[in-house]
Amino acid sequence: MQHSKYLIIGSSHAALEAVAAIRMQDPDGSLTLITRDKHLPYSPTVLPYVVSGRSQPDNINLKDQAYFDLHAIEFIPGRKVEKIEPENHCVILDNGQQWQYDKLLLATGASPLIPPISGLDQTEFLVLRTLEDAIALRQASSQAKKAIVLGAGLVGMHGAENLAEAGLDVTVVEMQTQVLPGYFDPQAAGLIESAFSQHGVTMKMGHRAVRIEQQDNGCQVELENGETLEADLLLVSTGVKPVTDYCAGSGIETDQGILVDDHMATNQTDIWAAGDVTQAGDFYSNAQVVTGILPDAVEQGRIAGMAMSEDPCLKSYNGGIPINTYTFYGQQAISVGVSDLSTGTLADCSEVELSVDTDNGFFQKIIFKDNQLQGISGINAALDPGIMWQLILRRIDLADDKADFVAKPLETGRRLMSRTWR
Amino acid sequence: MALGYNTITFNPDKCDGCGDCMRACSQAKAGTDDPVHSRIQILANETPSTGEQQSPIEMAMCRQCGDPKCVSNCPAAALSKDLSSGTIDWDSSKCVNCLLCTVGCAFGGITYNVEVGHVTKCDTCDGNPACVKVCPHGALEYNTSGSVYTRIGDKEDLFVPGLSACQGCNSELLIRHTLRNVGSNVVVATPPGCIPGMGTVGYNGKTGTKVPVFHPLLTNTASMLAGIKKQYNRVGRDVTMLALAGDGGVGDVGFQSLSGAAERNEQQLFMCVDNEGYMNTGMQSSGSTPAGSWTSTTPVGKEMQGKRTDAKNMARIMMMHNCEYVATASLSFMDDYYDKLDKALAASKRGFAYLHVYAPCPTGWRFPAAETIEVCRKQVESNFVTLWEFTPDQGLQFTRSVDKPAPLADYLKQIGKYRHLNQDQIDHLQRRVDNQVKSLKAFEQTSAVS
Repeated sequence: MQHSKYLIIGSSHAALEAVAAIRMQDPDGSLTLITRDKHLPYSPTVLPYVVSGRSQPDNINLKDQAYFDLHAIEFIPGRKVEKIEPENHCVILDNGQQWQYDKLLLATGASPLIPPISGLDQTEFLVLRTLEDAIALRQASSQAKKAIVLGAGLVGMHGAENLAEAGLDVTVVEMQTQVLPGYFDPQAAGLIESAFSQHGVTMKMGHRAVRIEQQDNGCQVELENGETLEADLLLVSTGVKPVTDYCAGSGIETDQGILVDDHMATNQTDIWAAGDVTQAGDFYSNAQVVTGILPDAVEQGRIAGMAMSEDPCLKSYNGGIPINTYTFYGQQAISVGVSDLSTGTLADCSEVELSVDTDNGFFQKIIFKDNQLQGISGINAALDPGIMWQLILRRIDLADDKADFVAKPLETGRRLMSRTWR
Repeated sequence: MALGYNTITFNPDKCDGCGDCMRACSQAKAGTDDPVHSRIQILANETPSTGEQQSPIEMAMCRQCGDPKCVSNCPAAALSKDLSSGTIDWDSSKCVNCLLCTVGCAFGGITYNVEVGHVTKCDTCDGNPACVKVCPHGALEYNTSGSVYTRIGDKEDLFVPGLSACQGCNSELLIRHTLRNVGSNVVVATPPGCIPGMGTVGYNGKTGTKVPVFHPLLTNTASMLAGIKKQYNRVGRDVTMLALAGDGGVGDVGFQSLSGAAERNEQQLFMCVDNEGYMNTGMQSSGSTPAGSWTSTTPVGKEMQGKRTDAKNMARIMMMHNCEYVATASLSFMDDYYDKLDKALAASKRGFAYLHVYAPCPTGWRFPAAETIEVCRKQVESNFVTLWEFTPDQGLQFTRSVDKPAPLADYLKQIGKYRHLNQDQIDHLQRRVDNQVKSLKAFEQTSAVS
């Protein structure tokens, strides 16, 4: 049986950040990274750029073997965890190998959520979560003529843009009435949507696909209203779900994801979880939420690593905040925190400052409550999202600076943060 | 081994918001004056707040973090920390413009530049920052202390552990740094004072240093070193002579042999560690004790309000000997100290070199032990201590600007030995500081002319 003081399952942002945090505190303790992926670590977030050709598959590694050698880390790719036995401090891999751990981190991320649409399981389709997916999608896009993208989340929108730019005739089908729900309100989403329409992408919002059929040269998608669409490339991008199958029977508590406390500890001793696989505290409420965003994965990985290595500087997780930076057709959309009061619990006593210039594609929406920033979203608006995040997390009182902040969020935010650091 | 890095520092108190740094940065990076290209953003407050005090000027730029979140957030491995320079490098060939780095930065240090269509950040101009060079007020500085630690980190510490200096005493820091840099080819003389008192000369027949060290009388340190040096020269060995003396061993009891050695231009480096009094024997006043100071021989009571006479400026007196090299130094400015130590060592091969290092004493001056370096810094920022160097060829030159000093009262109020001072005494000390600076400036001007 193998043994590692720190055993980490997964190899993307949360896992690598935990590794860095552990090595800061414990440079020598044995540390092993096991991942189901076959490659050196990379980020799922870079994959749309592999599809577009902007990034080369061999040039996206977040870490290389030299890094692992330097920090005495054993890196084992291409191995899945089958089972965890917390009472034995043991992990069993898909090849039957057993690994004993002192401290275990589960950072297994998420996998595409495949919607229960009739006929989909009989149809050839593509997803975008792994490097293999990206290479397959890139290859398919060079051969196909017509594409349907199911789902207008981040992956779907990136995918649609890439496919359209590659010369395909693209239709995006989204069940909800807007693109990027949860990050932008309907008005901002409308601006993004119209940019896609202007670039020839057909946007079918508020449409549910009810039936999908495999055809000789592709597929046919039937919508709720009876309309049928045909395509020779189908990209399913209807969201992701945490990968937790191996938790079955282990006693590790899961809901939508692995439930963790504010130090990223699971309900089982010496087992932590971080990143897209978790369901962790929300910043705005007492709920446990799956956020699935990269900066949060980094934050959680850091906390888990510090907790595992007993770093005395360990601080509690602040709670997840939706954050999104999204570039489309050369335009920038940024969203930090609450963006749409109609769907949240903050509607009461919140103040909204809205500034829109549709002709120039400018949008800026700022939400305050009790003189604290709750959320800010913008399109082609200059913002420092990192500063906005801090203003929200630290609940900085903006009573005296609100007018300045609304007029010039970039400069005022920088000034407020500079003052805070001093 | 831990690495220390050079860094750009910003002092908002000295900044008037002129924007020269931003123009210099835009010019360096984009060949224009347009501040959109500047990677340093000075945020002058356009609408002063309603309060009495004008809000200070704020600044946004890359901190070159040791633990950079922009790098952690980058999905494309386009950002990385350069372990030799300490800067965070951006690789345009890998960047995918996702802006997630900007989510990680809480300083406004990496931002999207709409003109060029990608993020930009400070790269410190490869260690020669354009912004610092043009700052007319010294608000921006390029602090190279970090690289000092990297440079000497691998050198052997020639001072043994477990010495009995008072908590917070900066002499131990000074000696460890100095001996690391001087190396083992040295003979050290430590006349009576805190430095031998803390164990430098050792206990029970063992020394506190890993190099030859001896304990001369207060009166004969310089002459003993002169004799030893002559003997080494005679046998053909080039050995450094180093004196680590307190201000009493320099300016009071030790002065006649010191002055003589300086006049004869003996080859030695004589270092004064100035804590403004005889601290190891019970905090008696010395010739270096400033006016108004409480000491056990200049008490505060009905008859006396601390010392009645001013301190003599030993560094200036040594300059008047026309030594090979004379300089003042403060341990809150390590890069400056190291620069001077190197020059002093080189000069001691030719003749007499004198380094005057200020050593605020938490025990004798009564301030918290954790604040020694801050006290050092305030000494310099208020001009109570001025940093300069002198050579016979170049004359006197300040190594740190004496313009725009902080009020001396800010320095005095943090120290217990000055707590009783009345306004007249404070005014007297401020005048004394101003006059010293004026007079040193006159020397500087004379140097510039000749």
